[in-house]
Amino acid sequence: MGTQITRIGEKMKILIIGATSAIAHETAKYFARDGAELFLVGRSGEKLEAVQNDLKVRGARRAETCTIDLSELEQHQQMIQAAVDTLDGLDMALIAHGTLGDQRLSQENVAKMLAEFTTNCTSVISLLTLLANYFEPRKRGCIAVISSVAGDRGRGSNYVYGAAKGAVTVFLQGLRNRLAKSGVAVVTIKPGFVDTPMTASVRKGLLFASPRKVGEGIYHAMVKGKEVVYLPWFWRPIMLVVKSVPEPVFKKLSI
Amino acid sequence: MAAILSTRYGLIMNVQKNIKQPHSWGRYPKVKHSQALSIYWRNELPDIAQLEESALPFAYGRSYGDSCLNAGGVALDVSHLQRFMAFDEETGLLRCESGVSLAEILEVMVPRGWFLPVTPGTKFVSVGGAIANDIHGKNHHRGGTFGCHVTCFELMRSNGERLLCSSEQNSELFRATIGGLGLTGLILWAEFRLKPIVNPYIDMDHIRFASLDEFFEISAASDADYEYTMSWVDILIGGEKLCRGIFMRGNHNQSQQLAEKLVKKRLSLAVPIDFPRFVLNSLTVKAFNELYYHAQLPKHMHKVVPYDPFFYPLDSIHNWYRMYGKRGFLQYQFVVPFEDGHGAMYEILERIRCSGEGSFLTVLKKFGDIPSPGMLSFPRPGLTLALDFAYGGPKTLRLLDDLDNIVLQSGGAVYPAKDARMSAQSFQAFFPRWKEFSAYIDPKFSSSFWRRVTNNVDCQGDREGRLVNGNSNNENW
Repeated sequence: MGTQITRIGEKMKILIIGATSAIAHETAKYFARDGAELFLVGRSGEKLEAVQNDLKVRGARRAETCTIDLSELEQHQQMIQAAVDTLDGLDMALIAHGTLGDQRLSQENVAKMLAEFTTNCTSVISLLTLLANYFEPRKRGCIAVISSVAGDRGRGSNYVYGAAKGAVTVFLQGLRNRLAKSGVAVVTIKPGFVDTPMTASVRKGLLFASPRKVGEGIYHAMVKGKEVVYLPWFWRPIMLVVKSVPEPVFKKLSI
Repeated sequence: MAAILSTRYGLIMNVQKNIKQPHSWGRYPKVKHSQALSIYWRNELPDIAQLEESALPFAYGRSYGDSCLNAGGVALDVSHLQRFMAFDEETGLLRCESGVSLAEILEVMVPRGWFLPVTPGTKFVSVGGAIANDIHGKNHHRGGTFGCHVTCFELMRSNGERLLCSSEQNSELFRATIGGLGLTGLILWAEFRLKPIVNPYIDMDHIRFASLDEFFEISAASDADYEYTMSWVDILIGGEKLCRGIFMRGNHNQSQQLAEKLVKKRLSLAVPIDFPRFVLNSLTVKAFNELYYHAQLPKHMHKVVPYDPFFYPLDSIHNWYRMYGKRGFLQYQFVVPFEDGHGAMYEILERIRCSGEGSFLTVLKKFGDIPSPGMLSFPRPGLTLALDFAYGGPKTLRLLDDLDNIVLQSGGAVYPAKDARMSAQSFQAFFPRWKEFSAYIDPKFSSSFWRRVTNNVDCQGDREGRLVNGNSNNENW
C-alpha cells in the first residue's frame, strides 16, 4: 500500500557471505524489503541471528543462517552446497567479509600477515572459484564482492589489507572477462571510508559515508549487474588522482 | 589528499577513543564528554562498571536541552543498535533494539499498514529516547504517552544484570524507566504496540481562531472526533484575546483506494550554515506570524495529506537548529491544569510579550487524562504550550525563571526533555516523585540535567553555555 516500490529483488535467492558486516546487512535490508530469500553466512551465531530476525521483520520471504569460520577454506564447498540446497538454487551472491587488521602487527609477524591475507584474499578467491563454477553453466546470475579503494594503490600504512583487496580486484577483473560469455555479472565494489564497527577506532571525517548509503549503492549495482562501482561515487576521481601520482613522489608521502 | 588518507588509515594503528562530541538539538548548553562509546551488538556490551566516569545513553540527540548530555562523562552511543527483532502481524506488537528510529519504523511498517501508537513532532528519535522521555504527540488526548503502549523492554544495569521489565516483572523499574531520562540503565530493546492504518494519508482540517477562548471552543468540539489535534499559535498579539492561531486536527484516512496511491518522496533541505543572530528577532517573528496566520484564506480548510508533512513539518529541513545561530536556542514547554489554565496562560503570555523575546514556533495543545505508567512522566491533564527562544544570555534565562514561577503557582510542570536551565527547586516542585524515582537510578548513570536539578553541580556547563569541564573554552569543538 501507499509507497509502491518496484520490487526488483522479489523472489531472488541470494547468498550473503559476511552477513553481519554493517555494509552487507544494509545491502540485505534492500533485498529483504523486496521479499527476497536470503542465506546468511557469518562467524558469530548470535550476531547472525540478530541480523536474520531484522531481515525477516523487514520483509524477507526467508532468511536462513550458517555459522562458519571462512578462513577454513575446506568448508567453503559444503557451505555453498548448503545454500544451494536450502534455497533451492541461487540467483546472486555477495561476498562481504573482511578484517581491517593492524598493519604494524602484520609487518612484525608473518603468521599474522598471512592470516590477514587469508581472510581478505585467499578465502575470497576460493569462494569465487566455487561460485563461478556454480553460475557459469546456468548462464545467469550475479556475483558481487566488496573490495576496497585501498586495493587501488599500495600504501605504507595499509599495504597488507591493500594488497589483499588489490588481488581480489584483479581476480574479479579476470573472472568478469571469463563469465561475460555466460551472461553472469561480476561486480567489484570499492567502498571508501564507511562508518562501521570495522572503523570504530578511527576519527571520522567528511569523507566517511554511512553503511546505509553504501548498502543502497551495492543493491543497485547488483540488480543492474554493473562492473566496477566506487561508493560513494566521489572515490572514483579521488582514486584516479591517487593512482596517477608518480612512484618517485608517492613513495615519499606518508600515507 | 595525502593528509586526508593518512588521518584515516594511519590512525588505525593507535586505537583512539571515538571522540565524536554529542550535542543536543538546542545546542545549549555546550558540554564535553570524556568519550562516546559506540555499542554495536547486544552480545558485545561494554562493562559499564569499569568506566571511570558516569554513563548516559545517547542516540540521535533530539532532546533539546541537557537531559541527553553527560558533561565530563561517557555517552553510550546506541545509534548502531538498530535492528528489528520480531513483529506480530496479528497483534501489531513490534520488538526492536533501542537505537531504531521512529523514522525507520515508519519506513518499514507504513507500507504494510501499521503506524506508531504515539509520535512526537520529529521522527528522528530513537525508541530508547521515546521511552526515556515518555514522549507525547498530537494524540495525547486519545492515546496517552508512548510509555502507555510499551509492553516490555530489557534493561542493562551497570553491574551487568540484564532485566526484563514489564508491568508484571520488575514493575517498579519499568515505571521508573518510562520517563526516567535514561538514568535507570541502558534499554537494549523494547516491545510496543503499533496501530493498524488503511493508508498513509491523513484527513486534515485547518481552522483559524482569533482568541484563546475560540481555541477552547474548537478544541472542545474536536477532541471526541479527531485523533490528532494541535495548534500553531501567535502569542505576540496581546490584549484580552491572548493569542490567535491555526487549529490543526486530523484522522487517519480510511479509503482503500488511497492505499494504492503513490506517496511522493519529500524534498529534504538542509540549513547549510548557522544563521547570524539578527535573522530571528521579534520583528521577523511577528512578520512570519502575520504571514502564516493569513496565508490560509478561508477560515476552515480541509485537505488529505500524506502523514509525513502532517506530523513532521520540520523534519524536511535538516539541522533547522542552525536558524538560531551558533549560540543555540532554548525550548520551553509547560503544562498548566485546566482549572487555572486561562489565568496562568494570560500571565505567561503577558510576561513573554513584555520581554520582547519572540518565539518562532509556538504550539498549543490540550493534554488528556490518560495516565502514563511513568513515574517521572511529564504530561498531565491541562493546557500545554511549547515555545522556543534564541539563546540571548541572562535575559532569556531570567524570563524562563519567571515563567517557571507562574507555572509552579498554577500547579503545572515544565518538560525535562526540552529543558536546559530550570532550577533544582522548580524541578522538585514540578515532579514531587523525584525522590521515589531516585532509588531506581543506576549508580553508574548520570546526566548533566540530573546533576543540575538535584543540586549536584560537580561537572556541568555553566549558565553562559561555556565548556567548563575539559581543557578547552573553545565552543567549536
